Amino acid sequence: MKQRESTFINMVAVLLVISLISGALLGFVHQMTSDAIEISTIKLQTDAIAGVLPEFDLVKPSLKVLPDSESDSLEIFPAYKGDKLVGVAVKSYTDRGFSGHISVMVGIDTMGNFTGYEVLEHKETPGLGSKMTEWFRDPEKERQNVIGKNPIKMKFAVSKDGGEIDAITASTVTSRAFLDALKRAHTGFGKFTGKTNPEMVQPEQ
Amino acid sequence: MNQMKNFTKGFLRENPILVLILGTCPTLGVTSSAANGLGMGLATTFVLVMSNLVISLVKSQIPDKVRIPSFVVIIAAFVTVVELVMQAYTPGLFKSLGIFIPLIVVNCIVLGRAEAFASKNNALSSAIDGLGMGLGFTLALVVLGSIREFLGNGSIFNIRIYPEDYTTLLFVLAPGAFVVLGYLIAVTQMINKANK
Repeated sequence: MKQRESTFINMVAVLLVISLISGALLGFVHQMTSDAIEISTIKLQTDAIAGVLPEFDLVKPSLKVLPDSESDSLEIFPAYKGDKLVGVAVKSYTDRGFSGHISVMVGIDTMGNFTGYEVLEHKETPGLGSKMTEWFRDPEKERQNVIGKNPIKMKFAVSKDGGEIDAITASTVTSRAFLDALKRAHTGFGKFTGKTNPEMVQPEQ
Repeated sequence: MNQMKNFTKGFLRENPILVLILGTCPTLGVTSSAANGLGMGLATTFVLVMSNLVISLVKSQIPDKVRIPSFVVIIAAFVTVVELVMQAYTPGLFKSLGIFIPLIVVNCIVLGRAEAFASKNNALSSAIDGLGMGLGFTLALVVLGSIREFLGNGSIFNIRIYPEDYTTLLFVLAPGAFVVLGYLIAVTQMINKANK
């Protein structure tokens, strides 16, 4: 076949046709995958909630709280066993990571103690900052484990800043950011319970 | 042209990373582990085969002056298909490859093969060229990823081989990527010279 000449009409028509076909193809694929994408996003979230909280059998629909002096609200998922509140999962974040945004699902029980966490999203350095996904929940290392601790009852900061938590080796910035996200989650939890210093939350009906 | 030769040239003789030195940015970026390298390689292979095939089919209809934008639109469409499918069915891999999937659009290997091969050859040769180049790219990424993961994290494909305490972190980071890539290129040159 002879090569089509580069006249103005030809060029416009060819680009238009190519774009139209590509657009149609993408629309089709988008329709095919949008359900699956939504399901996998929701599954990721429910798995994270299940991973950070003690046993529960119902998660109430999430609600948003806006901690004081914050610009972005936190999403809170209250979890119930029977009609008793066992804890809440807070989707928290920090923008102080070594490479910016970090998003963490944090579990907090009714006493205000951390029950678990799951890093949802981060861009920290592999092999250094990325260790935070396991570092702060090692049950054998009391100084770096945050599970079972309440940030209000202790100096919740890395030891370099005079706190009681050991930072990840060679990743102090990430560690600070991570603790910042946890503290933010706890502030959101306080807002949720209506107390700034939540010692105990009454089970609500 | 001999189709077998056409297919195998992507592995050693004209390997896109190790000989043509194309697409080094995603190469250095994603190969911190073998699994990432494999995922990136296969995604690129799909885009290469499809874009080479389509471009060789429509090449006579595309006016010369707008061929590059036309190629880019075709390539971008296939990359977005890969992106959506990965997001839907392999969310873990999608998360770890992140920005490098949309960046396949501007990967020099894909546009390079479209311009240098698909726009001059028939559909079958172009698809085979795309497959060979893509698998050669994948092979290089997996080897690079395995070496970096082995030295930097003590594992290959997430299977631990020696304890983490003895690892050399450098190899997970960008400088280590350059070092390993340099040695791989040297080894490939040696093999290619011996085969001549």
